Amino acid sequence: MTGKSKSYALHLCLIALLAAAFFILPQYHVGVLSRVMVLAVYAMGYNMLFGYTGLLSLGHALFFAAGMYGFGLSVQQGGLPTGLALLIGLATAFTVSLVVGFLALRTKEVAFMIVTLMFAQAGYLTVLYFGSITRGDEGFVINTAKRALFGVDLSDETARFWAALLLFSVTLLAMAALVKSSFGRALIAVRENEERAMMLGYDTHRLKYVAVLLSGTLAGIGGMAYALLFGYVGATFASVQYSIFPLLWVLLGGAGTTIGPLLGVLFMYYLIDISSSFTDAYMLVAGVALLILCLFAPQGLAGELRKRVFPWLP
Amino acid sequence: MEFGPHLILASLEGAVTAAILSLTAIGLSIVFGVMRVVNVAHGEFFMLGAVFAWYISQFLGTHPALGFVAAILIAPLLVGTLAAGLDRLILQRIDYNPERTIVATIGILYILQQGTLMTFGPDARPVAPPFNQVIAIPWFEFTDAGFEIYWPWGLGITSYKLFIIFAAAVVLAGVWLLMTRTKFGLIMRATQQDRETAQAFGVPVDKVFAYVFGLGAALAAVGAVLVVPVQQAHYLMGFDPLLLSFIVVIIGGLGSLPGTVIAAVLIGMTDGIISVFFSPTLAKIIATLAVAMVLVFRPRGLMGK
Repeated sequence: MTGKSKSYALHLCLIALLAAAFFILPQYHVGVLSRVMVLAVYAMGYNMLFGYTGLLSLGHALFFAAGMYGFGLSVQQGGLPTGLALLIGLATAFTVSLVVGFLALRTKEVAFMIVTLMFAQAGYLTVLYFGSITRGDEGFVINTAKRALFGVDLSDETARFWAALLLFSVTLLAMAALVKSSFGRALIAVRENEERAMMLGYDTHRLKYVAVLLSGTLAGIGGMAYALLFGYVGATFASVQYSIFPLLWVLLGGAGTTIGPLLGVLFMYYLIDISSSFTDAYMLVAGVALLILCLFAPQGLAGELRKRVFPWLP
Repeated sequence: MEFGPHLILASLEGAVTAAILSLTAIGLSIVFGVMRVVNVAHGEFFMLGAVFAWYISQFLGTHPALGFVAAILIAPLLVGTLAAGLDRLILQRIDYNPERTIVATIGILYILQQGTLMTFGPDARPVAPPFNQVIAIPWFEFTDAGFEIYWPWGLGITSYKLFIIFAAAVVLAGVWLLMTRTKFGLIMRATQQDRETAQAFGVPVDKVFAYVFGLGAALAAVGAVLVVPVQQAHYLMGFDPLLLSFIVVIIGGLGSLPGTVIAAVLIGMTDGIISVFFSPTLAKIIATLAVAMVLVFRPRGLMGK
């Protein structure tokens, strides 16, 4: 098989594996998996910018929260129908990416990190400032009646799993196609050597801008899906913590790989889940795990797989 | 609310914030300037400084001044040694790769934070200031009787807070002398300018990096020991100083020490003044966006080249 067909086989196998997990795993782990797949969509959005374009943002929680609040506020406080509210969430995330990308791309490297961090911090504080509508840290719950789409009640565990899997699969396949396309290759060229890409005639600024738009919107879709499927919107999702999480997930799973984000989220989730069952100091375990991975698997899980076993891994 | 006296009070409070901030930020700035790495665990070294200060003052426990003097000598030394050790143990092994360093320092952050939570506990604990007289703010007015000074508002600042400003200025002067007048400073600047050439001229770059990382952490710890009589020691206290130091270092211009100090004074003062006159959240939103905009339109910071 060629690399291309191998990569399609890999992605389809992964999706089949996740679908099979629904029938094999006990209820609790199915629930975890739904959450992991939604967060993986967020991580894939982050990976698009960080892993493929080489731009390290510390403010992706802003996009995640833009989708989440755009949808959550319009459906719960505004009383709009769910479908329309989803479109508003999408538009919010897109608009925020448009503005942040326009401003932040004037800077690079560490300044880019800080500017995105600042914007996200301003977003977080804005959520707190309008506490009478957003209910601040406490957050608000979306009515079960509002969490149905095309007549399917998404607050139900089974429906939620399949919806999450559908969203995850579409995103994964789209990412796989994207990184093999000429656009995706151009992004990688920007990551590897921006000057050279520019010299070869690529409009690198436009490429980076499109990457921010796609990445931010995808992160927003993740936030929207989280609110829709789990019915809760809160300021924590806009905090710095949620900007650092996708960076960790992607680096642990393997930056610049299609399956890395899922592996990273899965790994972190179960690491914290398992260690918190026998010790209160799960942060300590997470810290040590980060150091170990950093010292011994610098390319992340999928990156090490690519280096040692499957050189064709996309 | 009368404007004049509150403005004076706000400026003094702002100056205290600025003094602490400049110490913490200069530590981060030296590490970034010489080693070219982003140290996310910097705020935790600050926190450790405060926590060690509490332990030392508890252990000595006689007179607050004795505990304070011991703390300001010992706590930075302990934190600096710990940081230098972590540098040798971890950062050196990953070759100071920028992205891996961020992950590694996030790991260190988690470990230090959790370690403190497990030993020091979740409570905020105060350290008694070595001296603490209230100094009222005077106001001047021309009356028929001539020029008069009086203390009409009962607003005041403590002598200890004024001492913080003074102490920070002394430490900063010390850092400046170290960088410009000593052989170690010369070696640091040589390493900053060109790592390979410095190594070729016999500078033990690895050793210099460990010292620089330790020095940066120790400066944060000095700031923390100074601030802990005003603000209690707590295991989560490192986040705000980290964020603010980042902003200050970037706004000041990466690797420029004078720029860092100017930015610290600017941001510390503004923070103090804005938060007296506006709702704190709104003030923070405005300040955050303003900082972001400075960077957007001056990506290299105020003093960057």
